[in-house]
Amino acid sequence: MVLNWKTGGVLLGLVFLMAVVLVKPIGVSTQFVIFDGIVWDMVSPDVVVEAPEAKSGYASPNAYLNKSGGKYARNVANPLNYSFVFVLAMIAGAGLSAFLRGGVDRSERTMPAIWQANFGTSSWKRYLVAFAGGFIVLYGARLAGGCTSGHMMSGMMQTALSGYIFAAGAFAAGIPVAMYLYSKEA
Amino acid sequence: MSHIILAVVIGAAFGFVLDRVGATNPGYIISMLRLGNLHLMKTILLAIGVSSVIMFAGLLAGIIDPGHLDIKAAYLGVFLGGALLGVGFAAAGYCPGTGLAAAATGRKDALFFTAGGLLGAAAYMGHFAWVESTGTLESMAGGKTTLGKIAGTEYPALFEGMSGETIGIVMGLVFIAVAFALPARLRGEGKAERTVQAPSRTADVVKR
Repeated sequence: MVLNWKTGGVLLGLVFLMAVVLVKPIGVSTQFVIFDGIVWDMVSPDVVVEAPEAKSGYASPNAYLNKSGGKYARNVANPLNYSFVFVLAMIAGAGLSAFLRGGVDRSERTMPAIWQANFGTSSWKRYLVAFAGGFIVLYGARLAGGCTSGHMMSGMMQTALSGYIFAAGAFAAGIPVAMYLYSKEA
Repeated sequence: MSHIILAVVIGAAFGFVLDRVGATNPGYIISMLRLGNLHLMKTILLAIGVSSVIMFAGLLAGIIDPGHLDIKAAYLGVFLGGALLGVGFAAAGYCPGTGLAAAATGRKDALFFTAGGLLGAAAYMGHFAWVESTGTLESMAGGKTTLGKIAGTEYPALFEGMSGETIGIVMGLVFIAVAFALPARLRGEGKAERTVQAPSRTADVVKR
């Protein structure tokens, strides 16, 4: 079902290559901020305002959205930008792939088998950990300035020092935590 | 407009391939991190290697625009943030990209991961000014640094006198070699594939 690592690795590599050749390296986690910003701006419209004096033409009272000359503020104001559409398309592409291969096994949709082997069948327990995990992952990714795709893959692909530092941090923490939490194999 | 078309094409290809290599399955990610099944590790290392070798060769040949490169800054927070991400990555089995992609494949836990991620990103937005004041975000080793000097870019190099393109090709080959050298698994017994492919019979209890 899953591509063997040689075929899969070459295909995945070609996608990362295509992105750099045609536009810029792949990254995902910033778009969580952009989405939050869009929702926030809908609720309170002065979160992003036009500001001709800013480098991007937009500004925000929020220091994060306002950083780098209001780069994020501009993307919040104009969601139809490359990076945001890229992530929407990624979601659609994954959905299409899953549909074409007949979808995910019903038994797997709530939790992976390895979770069940270690923590039982309570779906709420799994959802709670997935939610908390998501919180930590995105907080960490924003602190780091990128995630697995932006730092680890795109970064190390370009020999960026930050990419190696990120990967070292992620595996130094991820491997012991995974070994501790999931002592039983599925 | 052409950029939007490229976003759709490249983004869709990325999501499609992420799903096909098994990255949308948290079982593979968890098994990789607990060193039980290195399928995804080998896939990722090979992908980095292949893209790196071709990209740097293309830069040398002058057929890739060095202006398309985008190097992120190095600072203490990159390591700390990476470690935080690692903890959540291990617990949930998702990272930002694969979490969104997995939600699209019908995994419900990935929806909870995504909701938590949106809240985590919002929390960082709120904490940013404080985080910045701690100095955690101050550049180190020159900031947007690459290993060697890449022609046509302004990025500082760790090894100033060396060709960044050559180092890039060599590093890419190293990634490829490590991908081949890694065994299918480093611990546990039995067939690696069993770990995540065959859902156990009791798994049916879950959906109720």
